Amino acid sequence: MKADPIGVATGSHYLDGDHACAEGAIAAGCRFLAGYPITPSTEVAERIAERFPKVGGMFIQMEDELASMAAIIGAAWTGVKTMTVTSGPGFSLMMENLGLAVMMETPCVIVNVQRGGPSTGLPTLTAQADMMQARWGSHGDYEIIAISPNSPQECFDLVITAFNLSERWRVPVLFMMDECVGHMTEKVEIPEADRIEITPRKYYKGDKKKYKPFNFNDSSNITPMVKAGDGYFIHLTGLTHVENGYPVISAEAQDKNVRHLVDKIKKNEEKICILEEDQINDAEVIVISYGISSRVALKAVHEAREKGLKVGVLRLITVWPFPEKRIRQLAKQVKAFVVPELNLGQVVLEVERCSSGQTKTILVPHAGGSVHNPNDILAAIEETVA
Amino acid sequence: MSKEKQPLTDTLHIPEPEDELTHPMKDYLRSERLPHIWCSTCGIGTVITAFITGLEKSKLEKEKVAVVSGIGCSGRAAGYIRLDSFHTTHGRAIPFATGLALGNPELKVAIISGDGDLTAIGGNHFIHAARRNMNLTIICINNFNYAMTGGQAGPTTPLKANASTAPYGCYEYPFSLPFLAESSGAVFVARWTSLHVRRLAKSISEALLKPGFSFIEVISPCPTLYARRNRLGTGLDLMKFYHDNAVIKHGADTSQVDIKYQESIIVGKFVDKDKPTFFESRNNFLKDRLGNHFIPYKGPEKI
Amino acid sequence: MTYWRVPLDLNEIKIPHGEPRIIIKRCKGCGFCVEYCPRDVLEMSTEFNRKGYHYPEVILEDACVNCNLCEMICPEFAIFCIETKSKHPESDEVLRRKDKS
Repeated sequence: MKADPIGVATGSHYLDGDHACAEGAIAAGCRFLAGYPITPSTEVAERIAERFPKVGGMFIQMEDELASMAAIIGAAWTGVKTMTVTSGPGFSLMMENLGLAVMMETPCVIVNVQRGGPSTGLPTLTAQADMMQARWGSHGDYEIIAISPNSPQECFDLVITAFNLSERWRVPVLFMMDECVGHMTEKVEIPEADRIEITPRKYYKGDKKKYKPFNFNDSSNITPMVKAGDGYFIHLTGLTHVENGYPVISAEAQDKNVRHLVDKIKKNEEKICILEEDQINDAEVIVISYGISSRVALKAVHEAREKGLKVGVLRLITVWPFPEKRIRQLAKQVKAFVVPELNLGQVVLEVERCSSGQTKTILVPHAGGSVHNPNDILAAIEETVA
Repeated sequence: MSKEKQPLTDTLHIPEPEDELTHPMKDYLRSERLPHIWCSTCGIGTVITAFITGLEKSKLEKEKVAVVSGIGCSGRAAGYIRLDSFHTTHGRAIPFATGLALGNPELKVAIISGDGDLTAIGGNHFIHAARRNMNLTIICINNFNYAMTGGQAGPTTPLKANASTAPYGCYEYPFSLPFLAESSGAVFVARWTSLHVRRLAKSISEALLKPGFSFIEVISPCPTLYARRNRLGTGLDLMKFYHDNAVIKHGADTSQVDIKYQESIIVGKFVDKDKPTFFESRNNFLKDRLGNHFIPYKGPEKI
Repeated sequence: MTYWRVPLDLNEIKIPHGEPRIIIKRCKGCGFCVEYCPRDVLEMSTEFNRKGYHYPEVILEDACVNCNLCEMICPEFAIFCIETKSKHPESDEVLRRKDKS
């Protein structure tokens, strides 16, 4: 399906990442946003508040992030595409109902423009320290999709991908921007509506009495949804449930339910993962990065190549699910992975796990507040080949 | 049913199968899930019958009514009602319902949940939904304690009443929920007990038909925890207490209706006024400001 | 029944009759219906249902006036009334006797 032209501001724009993200969401067909102001994500909500009344959308500023997250799940079940926007402290509050969205298998997009933490941390400065929270933040076992853009253009393009993946897999998608990308202003090309591919929601159209909101037997064939108000009389719960949505409190039901939540993402890792690879073929060292760090890393890689070092680049556009298979393959081929990230070691743990001792994994840590000095990354690369 | 009295020793006598499909509320109940989880003499089931009666009386289209519950004993209400029903997280029934009501403005969304869920952990959502005059009907089943977790003190536990986390009696001041609702902006406020089934059903039907934030508090017996810890007898004894001590005062000043431990309970319809809902205000205001540039939110497209 | 003044339409008034139906297996023996039946139609049985609760049974068959209060006050959806014609012509007599007492 193509995008609805009413929401697509086709043309060349000079936008920051937050505004580009808002435009991307509108182009993707998002017509419901519930949010709460928080630096550095507020501009997304501000632009939506201004644009929605002119495109038939519904914006509501809720009383807190707990409410924002709950509201977008409720709204999603009426058939509208929904999103909320926040940063670290609000992301922590959203974790409660993120679990509910996972359990109810509700498509929605949660934007986290990351800032330094813990707690109030660095409201106006960048970090990438919520990556493990994105993976594990809500209690219980589940798998999630997280996307990390590195430019305003990508904030536009990839938020559309986020909506599409969310509809395809009936799962909340986390859009993990960071302050740097959010507040960076660059040229953003918004294409014609008919060049934007949209995944429409799949609806059930059979016998109303036979509808079951879940299917735990087929992890790649996601159950179509219905809309509240259409007479299906669905029951959805945050409790462990069976396929008709009714709660069942037993180890057997838990196994089926949770295994499904995990399998539908894990078993389809290759269909979901989006990676960007450059100069991989002859590489002896691969720099694995995501978000703003991937742009900083590029300078280090160029310099290393100029010095004759065989360095490649692997960028995680989707950070979760983690591309286990690809990392395992590459681990056999290279001498080392270098992982720069704006935290003291999060995604590097996954890289290390997947390389299983077959190659060195070197972290280039940074506590946040600014981006890496490319020389630090270069030094790490040189160290590995020395 | 056997007419002849059997000797008490014959306790394994299995009665004839009953014709449960003819229960007049069967279309509104998820009968396959009955019996429900609530204790004997608990009043929550009675509130459900009153809700169903009120809903029938309101003549609202069944397809266009949704029920949302939070967590706790009353939180299980949604699971037994055959409407679009959602059992959400603790305290978040109101924001979830806000999403439903705004997502599809044709829906009437009712929230059936407990006092702790709605006014302690969900207190912030409660006052803000009332402030916005969101189109929601809240039925708050007040049993004066957290029953699902074992009878802890809550925001409505009266002074001196015993609870498992107030083993020497409660020394915190409780909320008076009708006062809280009215001062936050509710357009319809009533209070009944589980005993006042007909009046409660009438209030529920009025509330469902009232655009905006309507609030009904239902005082309901908790035999297993609140009544037992306070030695008040069974739920039936509490029903008798309501019978003797509930005073109907329609239009009473909500600042004067606080509940004191085992004293008289003022019930009735306290507030019924008109005010534009969030949705109406938004549409009118934006239409005024933006003119033809304003495209009203129409809800999801039909499929 | 003795009236202080006789209503003009006394002969046209028909007292409705109902018959309580009890879904025994749902009952948890709270006794609400027995306590609040305005005609005292019900009494707790001495028998137990499968869950071990005493359930109500009808003791004054013709006294039910189909008011549905039992249906509404029952927390278990375990009792309701269906409208019937009086089985016994003397049923009104039963009601009268009750009213006098």
